Amino acid sequence: MSNTAIFTALATGVVAWFLVVSRLTAKSWESQSEKGDVGAIRMAPQRIGLWIFMAVVTSLFSLFISAYAMRMHVGAWCHITIPNILWVNSLVLVGASIAMQRARWAADHGARDGARSALVVGGMLSLAFLAGQLMAWQQVGPSVYFISGSPAVAFFYVLSAVHGLHLIGGLLVLGRTTARFVAGAELIDLRLSLQLCAVYWHFLLLVWLVVFGVLLYL
Amino acid sequence: MAYVAIADRDAPIHDPHTFFLKYIWSQDHKVIAIQYAIVAISVGLVALVLSGLMRLQLGFPNTFHFIDPNDYYQFITMHGMIMVIYLLTALFLGGFGNYLIPLMCGARDMVFPYMNMLSFWVYLLAVLVLMASFFVPGGPTGAGWTLYPPQAVLTGTPGAGLGIILMLVSLGIFIVAFTMGGLNYVTTVLQARCRGMTLMRMPLSVWGIFMATILGLLAFPALLVSAVMMTLDSTLGTSFFMPAVISMGQKLGHNGGSPLLFQHLFWFFGHPEVYIVALPAFGIVSDLLSTHARKNIFGYRMMVWAILAIGGLSFVVWAHHMYVSGMNPYFGFFFATTTLIIAVPTAIKVYNWVLTLWKGDIHLTVPMMFAIGFIFTFIHGGLTGLFLGNVTVDLPLSDTYFVVAHFHMVMGVSPILVVFGAIYHWFPKITGRMWNVTLGKVHFWMTFLGTYAIYLPMHYLGILGVPRRYYALGNTDFIPDSVHSINASITIAALIVAAAQLVFLYNMITSLRKGEKAPPNPWRATTLEWQTPDTPPHHGNWGPKLPVVYRWAYDYSVPGAKEDFIPQNEPVDPALGAGRDHGKHR
Repeated sequence: MSNTAIFTALATGVVAWFLVVSRLTAKSWESQSEKGDVGAIRMAPQRIGLWIFMAVVTSLFSLFISAYAMRMHVGAWCHITIPNILWVNSLVLVGASIAMQRARWAADHGARDGARSALVVGGMLSLAFLAGQLMAWQQVGPSVYFISGSPAVAFFYVLSAVHGLHLIGGLLVLGRTTARFVAGAELIDLRLSLQLCAVYWHFLLLVWLVVFGVLLYL
Repeated sequence: MAYVAIADRDAPIHDPHTFFLKYIWSQDHKVIAIQYAIVAISVGLVALVLSGLMRLQLGFPNTFHFIDPNDYYQFITMHGMIMVIYLLTALFLGGFGNYLIPLMCGARDMVFPYMNMLSFWVYLLAVLVLMASFFVPGGPTGAGWTLYPPQAVLTGTPGAGLGIILMLVSLGIFIVAFTMGGLNYVTTVLQARCRGMTLMRMPLSVWGIFMATILGLLAFPALLVSAVMMTLDSTLGTSFFMPAVISMGQKLGHNGGSPLLFQHLFWFFGHPEVYIVALPAFGIVSDLLSTHARKNIFGYRMMVWAILAIGGLSFVVWAHHMYVSGMNPYFGFFFATTTLIIAVPTAIKVYNWVLTLWKGDIHLTVPMMFAIGFIFTFIHGGLTGLFLGNVTVDLPLSDTYFVVAHFHMVMGVSPILVVFGAIYHWFPKITGRMWNVTLGKVHFWMTFLGTYAIYLPMHYLGILGVPRRYYALGNTDFIPDSVHSINASITIAALIVAAAQLVFLYNMITSLRKGEKAPPNPWRATTLEWQTPDTPPHHGNWGPKLPVVYRWAYDYSVPGAKEDFIPQNEPVDPALGAGRDHGKHR
């Protein structure tokens, strides 16, 4: 049961993380300290929020993939013929991820123009990826009929749609950041947004590569 | 109104003055909490009425002709789903979580107030979509709250058309709302605690809500996955869950799907869901018992560790709901073992509650009565859980009223008793008014004894083999006449308990207007929410300065202290020492 393995790992990971970052052995009833330390993790709340959100999305995709793996062995299954465009799309998404990372570096070094151009490139590549996914849908569509045909095709639609929706969510945030950029916000105020966008883009790239790998090899 | 969660400043970053922005489209966690609670309780009342209708049919079959079998299944389904998700989850996390986390942690608000507000409105949308299913052709789904395919989407099941779609869509929307709220609760606990509030000084209420939120964030995606795939099965004809089926003499287009896969996904969410409801109840009841017994909670660290252990283990017990599903029998062995293991931390908590009461200065206030009532019902429901957790005992009891009695006792009545206790406990802080004590006690005794009158006999019905989910029992050989009399008496008890809730509503509404003015700290409690400068707390909670915490939340009856409680924000007197060491240094 892959469900079990993935999720116990995830859940225990969270708990273990707590044991590490916080002293759960403190005897709080005996504490003599004048003002105990807060013990909060020194990180922007937005950053923590994003990491928790990524844990939720990981959980979502792990479950989809577990369902895929379990459904494979049940019946009326035939593998999907991977449209070649998916290779191109993957490269485009890698490019988007690199561009976001460059925007982040540029912002860290105070290079306003560099950050802006990298941001625009990242956004355009992400849109290109989404367009490429739509083309992949069209290529898959006629070759195997959706309805009672291969569930692998249905899984491909669902997984790529869910991934695409998460990317669109990221693009909305990116759009907001770009708007603030264009409106003349200081680079220092945008740094956190750019950092988080980059992290989220890397995460979505990773998710896509795992999904693609599952479709190819599982 | 929106505040920065942890800044030492009294001015909100955004301060609207209109009624609409202050009380409707509000970003204040207290207003959002009350909005969540009102919607959850309202929709819970709908579910209560549905259960009354079901009981009328079961207690007096062939009497109420306006209830036909289809209606009955729709009532079952909606009752279950509303109670578990739209009432209990929303009330504990959206309601109490929102209200208590910032106040108990010493923050001015949640860290993402705007998202918190959206969370409520999206939740309301989920409720409205669910309620809309009562008004569409075919009515709401009657698939049972577990929504098992293939029957959930097949013609013949009530609401197999629009009803099931609306249910799945509503669940999807709810999960979005929950995720927005959940991100807030977890991040606020991690980031917005005031100075001195270490994790191990947090009240157990916050611990329970915190861990339940983490469980929800990891487990709700399983429900989302199953809802998405089932929606596609029923609308586009995919075969994720749907096997080849001949329905009404016609072969449907589905082929090869696995209903068992749905069950795995559903219960992978469904079992943690039990603890999403139970952990906040565990936390809150710990605080109620400690406060009203004037004694520190017994084994605080053990309580925290037990919450964490239960949280982790709750992900590896799900298939104990599926012993009769036809899955590999060896799984049964594994899941029976994990199920019995999870009983260990749970039992530790129960012992600690009882030991907290031991030699305590017990004040039998209304919240305390509900808290003690919870210990009874929870032990009761927990023990029958041990029966059902064992495969060989579960097999004959599965799908009988024994199961109905078990889960109502353990995750229906028990959490609801805590909800009531918590409402009575925090009502003075939330509204600034006291309620009528006599009516509160009447409400408690009617509810507590009434629920026993309902569920105790159901165990007996289950052992006789009376099957659950049946619209009417008819004349069946193995069902003696006594079953019919018991069913009638259960129905009468259920109607009395339902009426008792009117006493509660009446008490709350009249107290809101005419109740005695509440002092800031009527229970003489130590936790921060009782130390706010205003009652009810104003926006921003704390006035100009954030509180500073010097001690844990359970300094009750400390030897040598001048009162029998020391608030968390009271500095340590060097002459006296702190906490349990008070008095040693004199």
